[in-house]
Amino acid sequence: MVFSDYFYYLRENGLSVSMEEWLLLMEALKKDLARSNLLEFYYLSRAVLVKKESDYDSYNQLFYQYFEGALTENSVDKKLPEKLMKYLEKPIEQLAYDKDEVDERTDLEYEKLEQMFLERMKEQNDMHNGGKKWLGTGGTSPYGNTGYSRRGIRIGGHEGNQNAYRVITESAYRDFREDATIGIRQFEVALRRLRQYSGKIGEETELDVDATIDATCQNGGSLKIKYRRPRKNAVKLLVLFDSGGSMSPYASLCSGLFQAVNAANHFQSLKIYYFHNCPYNRLYQTPECIFQKSEDTDRVLANLDKSYKALFVGDASMAAWELRYFSGGRDGKVTDTVSGLKWLHKIIVRCGGAVWLNPIAEEHWGSGRGAVTIERISSELPMYHLSVQGLTKAVRRLLGNQ
Amino acid sequence: MENFSGTSEYIASEGLSRTVDIALALKKPLLIKGEPGTGKTMLADAVSKAMGKKLIIWNIKSTTKAQDGLYIYDTVQRLYDSQFGENDVKDIGRYIKYGKLGESFLSSERVVLLIDEIDKADIEFPNDLLWELDKMEFFVNETKTQIRAKHRPVVIITSNAEKELPDAFLRRCIFYYIDFPDKKMMEEIVRVHCGNVDEFLLHQALDTFYHLREVKDIQKKPATSELIDWIRALQIGGIRPKELDDAIPYSGLLLKKEEDFRFIQKKGNYGLF
Repeated sequence: MVFSDYFYYLRENGLSVSMEEWLLLMEALKKDLARSNLLEFYYLSRAVLVKKESDYDSYNQLFYQYFEGALTENSVDKKLPEKLMKYLEKPIEQLAYDKDEVDERTDLEYEKLEQMFLERMKEQNDMHNGGKKWLGTGGTSPYGNTGYSRRGIRIGGHEGNQNAYRVITESAYRDFREDATIGIRQFEVALRRLRQYSGKIGEETELDVDATIDATCQNGGSLKIKYRRPRKNAVKLLVLFDSGGSMSPYASLCSGLFQAVNAANHFQSLKIYYFHNCPYNRLYQTPECIFQKSEDTDRVLANLDKSYKALFVGDASMAAWELRYFSGGRDGKVTDTVSGLKWLHKIIVRCGGAVWLNPIAEEHWGSGRGAVTIERISSELPMYHLSVQGLTKAVRRLLGNQ
Repeated sequence: MENFSGTSEYIASEGLSRTVDIALALKKPLLIKGEPGTGKTMLADAVSKAMGKKLIIWNIKSTTKAQDGLYIYDTVQRLYDSQFGENDVKDIGRYIKYGKLGESFLSSERVVLLIDEIDKADIEFPNDLLWELDKMEFFVNETKTQIRAKHRPVVIITSNAEKELPDAFLRRCIFYYIDFPDKKMMEEIVRVHCGNVDEFLLHQALDTFYHLREVKDIQKKPATSELIDWIRALQIGGIRPKELDDAIPYSGLLLKKEEDFRFIQKKGNYGLF
């Protein structure tokens, strides 16, 4: 098969390209949809192989690596397969040239190039095509269009092979990556996944009028009643935010999640509380964690049942004693007889599923200030990074399919 | 149509027009995603105009089922007719009502079919359409007839990314994500919709617009349609470009949420009125 190692290269590096899509790309190449041009090939293979904007960034990087390695002679490890090379090659418009000579002459800093470019703009008065100093087409000067030069400034026109890199490396899809921690909207989308599966929860208790009519007609007119599951969302959500202290750097991230949770109107019930470092015998209604606006944790627990899912949000970083000993609330009025860890446990067993979201990136869990307590807490319940990807995983975990 | 390059009312970026060409050449559904207000729905209109073909729109709602797009067997009407003897109830074909997809298959010439906001429906919805979109045919059980597309319709599907779409479905589509237009492109778009806009006013307005979009805590970012309405209002109101330096006149057209309005007001960079 033609250059199938591009296919395996993409797959090995995490882009899940299917056979079906690959064959479609082959068909497209046969129809000459890439028009023998690397930039067109870039768009074509993206449109056919990449189906999520969150993969655009990875695709860009992989595409760049793959074709850079193949086109500059210095790195021989990733040779572009000859068939594709032939395919992409521009057969005309190129004069013979000594490649090394051109590389040497044009291997300049961008600033230098720009300066020389401006100078030549001043000097040059007429058309120059095929030369090696002036602006023109098809030559080896670093300025102009569709010619060969390792670095250069492209002036208008249609992109040739080399300059496709500019387009590719400049496009910014980094923000769409699912491991990025951004955006209320992405959080909202992730939370909506907590609803998709919930249409299938519960008993068949609702009269399905359409199905009943259908069945009755099929039954020759004698009544046959059909029931269906109500399409209401059965998920109830309890969200507990760690507030203050070490959480301050993550305030805007948490506020993003808070807004997303609040905007989600698809939960049957939504309860939001705050705690400081670890939940104790009082849960607070505001981020300030003051006694006047707090509730008895036992009372809160009494109103919960297994249809609630618990979402803890916090850095889980504290002194080890805060988990093992009583009390710890920041207003000093908390007098407790149960340790933080036990409270945590009480909440977890009361709810039908609980996860912890940590704003600290996963790779720092083991080494940071909170390493000990993070480890202790993640042995109680699954912990995920507070990112779009982490939240998605957490939601999946809460729904019981990982 | 050889190559799609937008229309006089619709500005398409190079990547998008290439992708439309690819989808047409490969005869695959084109899936378009993008932020609200990037002109996803308008694309289908533009393609149908550029091709000179009729546009059929299937608006998806949360209750829409795949079957609705194919056909509905109107059993109630048949029952009614049998009670009151008005029509020939033996002819079941009379009670088969074709949906938008069926309509596009049965059309005597090639049409453009827009399946708008497919993510609104149930998660399984796209999967239920796999066969029909692939083979361009379906079977009417009640009349035992096979409906096959006379002319393969051009299928354009839009999604707001409210839900993930199933992989099996994605594999069969050509995909394009419409970026939010940059300033240069936005200038073109505004010119298409607002006619002759004062150069200086346009630049000032775009500066303000992109500045607002960059404010992190804004919940509903203004999009293209809001910008166009706003610039029209500025034109009608005879606002001078200078006035946009430190104020946002008719700000209600850009900021649709009270919280956002208050947030910008509190930041104090602009006077809102």
